[in-house]
Amino acid sequence: MPRRRFYSRWFLPLLALLAVAGCRARDSTTKGQILLWHWMTDRDDALQALADRYTKETGTKIRLELYAPSDAYASKVRAAAQTNTLPDIFGVLGESRDLASFITSGRVANLASAMSANNGAWQKQFFVKALATNTFSAGNEHHVSVGVYGVPIDVTNIQMLYNKDLFKQAGLDPERAPATWNEFIKDWRQLKAAGIPGFVSGWGETWMIDCFANNYAFNVMGEKKVLDTFRGLVPYTDPDWIRVLSLFEEIRREELLVSGAVTMVNKTAEQTFANGKAAFAFNGSWCVNVYKGMNPDLHFGVLLPPRLIDHNPMRIWGGAGSSFMVNAQSPNVDASIKFLQWLTAAPQQVELAKATANLPANQTSLGDLPPTLAAFASKMDSTTHPSQWPLTENPTVTEAFDKGVQSILIGEKTPAQVAADVQKLKKQQAAQ
Amino acid sequence: MNWPKAKDTFTTYLFVAPAIVLFTLFSLIPFLKVFQLSVFDWDGISTQMHFVGLGNFKTALFRDGAWWTSMRNAGVVTILALSVQNVLALILALIVDREIKGKNFYRVVFYLPPVLSGIVVGLVWNWIFDGSHGLLNYALSAAGLGRYARAWLADPKTALFGIAVIHMWKGFGWGFVILLAGLQAIPRELSEASRVDGASEWYIFSRITVPLMLPVFFLVSILTVLGTMQIFDIIVSTTNGGPGYHTEVPITRILAAMTGSSRFGYACSLGILFGIILLAVSMVQMRLSKWSSQLT
Repeated sequence: MPRRRFYSRWFLPLLALLAVAGCRARDSTTKGQILLWHWMTDRDDALQALADRYTKETGTKIRLELYAPSDAYASKVRAAAQTNTLPDIFGVLGESRDLASFITSGRVANLASAMSANNGAWQKQFFVKALATNTFSAGNEHHVSVGVYGVPIDVTNIQMLYNKDLFKQAGLDPERAPATWNEFIKDWRQLKAAGIPGFVSGWGETWMIDCFANNYAFNVMGEKKVLDTFRGLVPYTDPDWIRVLSLFEEIRREELLVSGAVTMVNKTAEQTFANGKAAFAFNGSWCVNVYKGMNPDLHFGVLLPPRLIDHNPMRIWGGAGSSFMVNAQSPNVDASIKFLQWLTAAPQQVELAKATANLPANQTSLGDLPPTLAAFASKMDSTTHPSQWPLTENPTVTEAFDKGVQSILIGEKTPAQVAADVQKLKKQQAAQ
Repeated sequence: MNWPKAKDTFTTYLFVAPAIVLFTLFSLIPFLKVFQLSVFDWDGISTQMHFVGLGNFKTALFRDGAWWTSMRNAGVVTILALSVQNVLALILALIVDREIKGKNFYRVVFYLPPVLSGIVVGLVWNWIFDGSHGLLNYALSAAGLGRYARAWLADPKTALFGIAVIHMWKGFGWGFVILLAGLQAIPRELSEASRVDGASEWYIFSRITVPLMLPVFFLVSILTVLGTMQIFDIIVSTTNGGPGYHTEVPITRILAAMTGSSRFGYACSLGILFGIILLAVSMVQMRLSKWSSQLT
């Protein structure tokens, strides 16, 4: 047969057939082998070592796949959800409404029965707040069936930090952190007089502004009034909200914020604090590991954001740091749950905490924590998080609020103007 | 149709088929899908989508102030790029087009910034513009102009212009290369003959170079408009749209709608509106380009 005829009769049709056959989606789940997708570059080695050990102990093969950064990971998981190619175990990065969408579309297994088995043995080992992040209660705003939908592998909370060496340099007691806002401002003035730069945080990432503002909103008006604002029962023009916004005006007036912090990403803010270019920072418990890498000689202490008033407790954002969800449509649901039970047992949690300097989700494995990490762990009871609230604010309103705070910090708008803008948008959103 | 002709036609389609399949799968279907999603309220995950008709477009056009602020910001950067960046590119192209020493070296150097990643460029300029330890502030202080030092990208008065400077620094190399190619395509005899006739350099430039370069100018301006309006990576690595909405651009708003508030349908409608605006601008420019080529 001449070569040209062979190509036209057999080779090209075969090639076309193979091309079409190759378009089939790759199986992401295989019976007897667990595939786990994660995004944690800093924990990849530790997780891989644990997965290998689990395979050795049980014979169940665990395959880890790392997709980073977290934005790319979140997009990959969304795309996999739309094409039904989610792995056995994965994480949902985002807010509670995102997790709710995954659950209501049948992609996340309810772990409530596994959690409550053996008199709730698995459930009891976690920090209550860690599990709350992945729990949906009766009457939740997303209409998700009551249950536990994720397994926290570590916890986190966000507090303030101060540089002990800079405190000493300014003549302040490095072992006494300011507890109230007035003390904080007083200490800052002393630091400023000594030529020391003030406060840094990655406020170019607006969620960190939201976090800081929420801490003080809870302190000034209490949880009920904050949630009533989200419900539309209290306006943002309420004097308590103006008081919260005025804090940012005071920060500007006192020249507390390090130059450029208003558009700074948190990584740069972390570098600034680690280099001793700021006396205070606002950052999460993950910073212990980050600062260790950036400047092992940094001496810093942890403090709750200094309270403004006494009659409401200061609440900080916290809860589950990283959580894994089990694919409800996987043929390995039970095996995946067993692996996660093993991963969150005390010995593995201690190992993970040691390797990564993150707070373990298992509260029975806190024994060997370094002092700064222990300081973060001791405040887990003060944590709260939007994912634990019965309802959350409309994201468009939240964005307007956070951008408004940036406007106050650059002296462009007053607290009253921002409050009025946000309230106007809130009304518009409610009308829609 | 006889068999050899039919076979010939079939073979032709067979060869074109892979390209058509790939184009359909990766361009046409996603393109049509964006139109479909733009009339739904959808969070990107749920199996349920709510039909909202033209509601998303209505919101974008009449209620979303941040969207129009982002369009205005992108417009300001585009105007600066069209003028400052392209004039700089033209001047450099004119210089390098002459017989100067080391012209190949300059060609490589001028073309380097566009090759660099926008994220890397943003990070480098972040350091230059830094308020506390930035190179620019250091230079100003050294020159006795310390009173002008500031956090350039966090100050509402300078943030957008700072972004424009970074964008123009990164982008002028493209215009430079295209303009240089255009200049080199002009027959040298024209300018040489004019010089023999006693024409000045300005006369040669304004009466010979500019008219012959008009189609190239339009090409560069179309590419500049399309490239600048879609600016994104530099913003993400420097200001993230802040402070406030001062450096928000259309792509950051589309991304905010999609991942910030899980409004995929709304993000698609913003994408379509943005596409229509870019298409309209490009069409006007192409019309002008045609008109200019008729003149020459």
